[in-house]
Amino acid sequence: MKISLVLNGKNVEALISDDRLLIDFLRDHGCLSVKRGCESSNCGLCTVFMDDKPVLSCSVLAARADGHRIDTLEGLQKEAEEFGAFIADQGAEQCGFCNPGMVMNAIAMFRENPDPTDDEIREYLAGNLCRCSGYEGQLRGIRAFIEYKKKGGAS
Amino acid sequence: MKNVNQGIHKKDAMALLMGKPVYMDDLAPRDCLIVKVLRSPHANAMIQSVKTDAAMKVPGIAAVYTWEDVPAERFTMAGQTYPEPSPYDRLILDRHVRYVGDPVAIVAGETEDAVDRALKLVKVQYEVLPAILDFRTAKDNEILVHPEDSWRSLCPVGADNKRNLCASDVSGQGDVDAVLAECDVVAEGTYHTLADQQAMMETFRTCCYFDAYGRLNILSSTQIVFHVRRIISNALGIPKSKIRVVKPRIGGGFGAKQTVVSEIFPAFVTWKTGRPSKMIFSRTESQTASTPRHEMEVSVRVGATKDGIIQAIDVYTLSNTGAYGEHGPTTVGLSGHKSIPLYGTPRAYRFAYDVVYTNVMSAGAYRGYGATQGIFAVESAVNQLAEKLHMDPVELRLKNVVRQGDVMPAYYGETAASCTLDQCLMRTAEMIGWKEKFPCRDMGNGKVRSVGIAMAMQGSGISGVDVGSASIKLNEDGYYTLTIGAADMGTGCDTILAQMAAECLDCSTDQITVYGADTDASPYDSGSYASSTTYVTGKAVERACGKLLEKMEDKAAELLRARYAADVSGAELEFDGTRFLDPATGESVTLTDLGTASMCGSQEALQVTETHSSPVSPPPFMAGAVEIELDKETGHVEILDYAAVVDCGTVINPNLARVQTEGGIVQGIGMALYENVQYDKKGHMMNNSFMQYKIPTRLDMGRLQVEFESSYEPTGPFGAKSIGEIVINTPSPAIAHAIANATGLWFKELPITSEKIAMGLLKK
Amino acid sequence: MLKFREYVRAESLEDAYVRNQKKSAHILGGMLWLKMQNRTVQTVIDLSDLGLSGIEETEEEYRIGAMTSLRELELHKGLDAMTGGAVRESLRHIVGVQFRNLATVGGSIFGRFGFSDVLTMFLALDSWVELYHGGLVPMERFAAEGTENDILVRVIVKKEKRRYAYLSHRNTKTDFPVMACAVAVGEGWRSGEGERAAGRAVFGATPARARSYELPAEWLERFQGSGEEERKVLAAELASVVPTGSNIRAGKEFRSHLAGILLYRGLMEALYGGSGQAAGAGAPACLTEEKEGQRA
Repeated sequence: MKISLVLNGKNVEALISDDRLLIDFLRDHGCLSVKRGCESSNCGLCTVFMDDKPVLSCSVLAARADGHRIDTLEGLQKEAEEFGAFIADQGAEQCGFCNPGMVMNAIAMFRENPDPTDDEIREYLAGNLCRCSGYEGQLRGIRAFIEYKKKGGAS
Repeated sequence: MKNVNQGIHKKDAMALLMGKPVYMDDLAPRDCLIVKVLRSPHANAMIQSVKTDAAMKVPGIAAVYTWEDVPAERFTMAGQTYPEPSPYDRLILDRHVRYVGDPVAIVAGETEDAVDRALKLVKVQYEVLPAILDFRTAKDNEILVHPEDSWRSLCPVGADNKRNLCASDVSGQGDVDAVLAECDVVAEGTYHTLADQQAMMETFRTCCYFDAYGRLNILSSTQIVFHVRRIISNALGIPKSKIRVVKPRIGGGFGAKQTVVSEIFPAFVTWKTGRPSKMIFSRTESQTASTPRHEMEVSVRVGATKDGIIQAIDVYTLSNTGAYGEHGPTTVGLSGHKSIPLYGTPRAYRFAYDVVYTNVMSAGAYRGYGATQGIFAVESAVNQLAEKLHMDPVELRLKNVVRQGDVMPAYYGETAASCTLDQCLMRTAEMIGWKEKFPCRDMGNGKVRSVGIAMAMQGSGISGVDVGSASIKLNEDGYYTLTIGAADMGTGCDTILAQMAAECLDCSTDQITVYGADTDASPYDSGSYASSTTYVTGKAVERACGKLLEKMEDKAAELLRARYAADVSGAELEFDGTRFLDPATGESVTLTDLGTASMCGSQEALQVTETHSSPVSPPPFMAGAVEIELDKETGHVEILDYAAVVDCGTVINPNLARVQTEGGIVQGIGMALYENVQYDKKGHMMNNSFMQYKIPTRLDMGRLQVEFESSYEPTGPFGAKSIGEIVINTPSPAIAHAIANATGLWFKELPITSEKIAMGLLKK
Repeated sequence: MLKFREYVRAESLEDAYVRNQKKSAHILGGMLWLKMQNRTVQTVIDLSDLGLSGIEETEEEYRIGAMTSLRELELHKGLDAMTGGAVRESLRHIVGVQFRNLATVGGSIFGRFGFSDVLTMFLALDSWVELYHGGLVPMERFAAEGTENDILVRVIVKKEKRRYAYLSHRNTKTDFPVMACAVAVGEGWRSGEGERAAGRAVFGATPARARSYELPAEWLERFQGSGEEERKVLAAELASVVPTGSNIRAGKEFRSHLAGILLYRGLMEALYGGSGQAAGAGAPACLTEEKEGQRA
């Protein structure tokens, strides 16, 4: 079938098999930040935005993205860089494989709630697994980023 | 120091955070054949026949291979230095399948759809055999996991395939039984830990292709490029000269990628078909057909005088290596050799073990590598000893803890040249509020808050075996290239090795670029495992930089002599990181001058390769303490606070060391409380996904506090030891201790689920 | 992995219904569960274009479209206020925000999964399933019977002034529950003949499909009139009739134990906000498992 969508701000038309998953479609279209970590919708590595909402691209049909806006980390490089530097300050990126999904969902959280408490951060990002960092360094980085933004940031 | 002991950004941090394409599947050629394997549904069976014709007819299928198509020479997939202690008990595909998940056929095709369809069409007839699923029954069982005559063990590890023994040994000092008989108090128990999965976020994956020279290139998510080269050569029966192995960024390893799990199948396909191919393990395969921690049952007896001086420690470990022996003979050793030496006082110790084959997934290397299992047992026993002695477990430990300068008989007789374990313990107790909180407080509503504590050690590389190497080269513009064979798997070794180089060369870490690991380009390195990279490879970096500096000084002196007719030798020059100054004349040459000169009419390479191996493996030490809130009705354990203090010698990068520690603690918390590996009666591993195998989320781990009490290790680079593995060792015993302090029940089997706690309390 | 040949966005409910009469057709919800099934179907039918996403509020009820995401449900202020946070509590443990942005109310209810927090919660509400052909069906009946190939259009929750609590026990915070319990107390249940139901308790993840039990007024009065230990005994007795079983997450015995504890805690929370004092006289305890169809 044919789908058309807005991928990272650009109109994309493509022929796909009906049961193609969005994650595979996106990787085929150069969005290699989108990673697969499980087959059971549990890990959060494949998080992308569909009409600005964070979703698991492993669990969305590409067909369902027809007529919608999809954003991946490739389209959010500026925000990723600004926020990511605070995670790098902690060394909490570690192996990095979960980072794109975590960064995407953190950006979603900041847009929804620019000043979350620690508990709100943990709850919002609970669906982003990380096996390396133990999460505490990510939390420190997120906190530092929030403080920086509160002070007006350099954006 | 400007570089060492600084929390410098990891060199690849921003690329990783911004989702750049740096992992194997981001870099694989686009036209790779997709490789998958058909796996045995039986725990023990002989293949009677395999019909592949229908599968071959699926459009897009390039090849289907069975046991009849592969070499008959056995090998091991364990990434270890040759001759490997792990037995040669594998074939690429074997007619005898030994666990649910053992590969039966390899299918390669143009698309994943085609391969999936073909897999369903491979028809296999099995003669199903009885299986050994309980490792307690394996030794001398009439069912043999490896009855074949072609099985062989290269090292004297006490292996005997006709007894299902992968290894067996006894060692010790003094008469343990006699000393224990004299003890006022003896604590004993048998402690059972499961085959936990490393569960790194990036599953096992490899792609292969031929290069312009007709050589098999293997791009793999591995910790051990050089061992992969040898193992592929052994498995395929092809010369090592025909193989190149490269690792890209790795999405986590934790030891899992110290075994050749995914490499063999695409290597075989590409070698046979000439086509690029790739294999990406599904999460299900990573959970069920990989290389998890060795299940162990560790029996401990610890005896002490009534005033709490430990006199003897007796440890017997039964280890389950599963269907194949990868890392079986070596992991078990750490269960005693890296638990008993935590105590300096014993007059006698004994450490015995058996490692047995069973019909479950083969175990392998997982962070902690046997020490984790042994430390859970010994530290739990010591906590029980404290209870029996009515003594504070911190005080008991302070009376007995190994101290700097002590000889450690159970640790191969090595001396603890650097050790602040006593300080780690005291500081940890302080951080958790031990004095106020031990043992517990009733919070009302059936909730109890309690604390628990444990100590740990590990090694720093494998003494006399591990080899670390580094090449360092000066380029034009005066920047350096550091080439290594160690594998950064997210740990940050590329960065910390660069920090060390920068420290030696008096420049900024940014001035050092790092390349590795690549069997063609990197100097030989055993690889990143056994907590070796900082300590072993780091020393090679230090030495290489020292020698390069000498060479640069000589070259600088040569330039000065030529330019200014100065009568100066290299040794007389002063180097500030950017220029070599002749203090006598005030003339100098810059690094840029040097780099440029080395590229014009030069007879001398400004490049040095150094190799290092250490005759000792200095242990890092650590103490960890936990505060929990336990719900006596539901058995739920909430981790409130985890305090840890580590002595890893000089901390090269405090940020990365801290995050290593935090990550290890959280993995350990999962292991202690809910990471559960369950097999059904037919040997199917049931926790085959992240839906069924629960690793901690950020809601499950409480607050972590990490500090360092650095000793100075004289044999380490800048005084450093290791940190990668030790950090997973304290949570299990500390949490079991806290649970005991809350409930009065000692749990000796992991994970300690809320069910076990609640039902235990009901039956109390 | 689910494979299928044809993806269709239904143009109307009638279109979806007609297509769904074929055995080889399947309606898509959030696709989270469906995706993991290792089978091949001919056609999947997407209801995304039918305006079934969103929660409508009327004087008497909340009308929740089948394609409403669990995240929308979780963040809905009206339902949150009406249930004292119980609806949010029943949802917030489900994997993560990204998952709940995809999972749909329709899919969660339609699947009648044993592990379902959503079904457990809805059974404690005065809720109904609106089927395209079958019309309004009480949630209990739908939970028991399901539907072969009708279309779940929306879920309707009646506005009732009751007090609710939702509790679950999990091995990790975002895992499936080992046991879940939703409690509702307050008048107005359309009970069986001669019974005065004053509340309801629902047990989910037993691990079988959630089941609902009436709390007779007399029993509840007795519970309220008792001291802490006696209340726990009463709750345990009541919960002891809940059939439980063993699975990978926990054994039967532990689940039965948890059922009593969660019921006790759920009642305390619903009645007293978690820490109230006993009040009122006691009456003989009894519990009747609600019989199917009684309420319809």
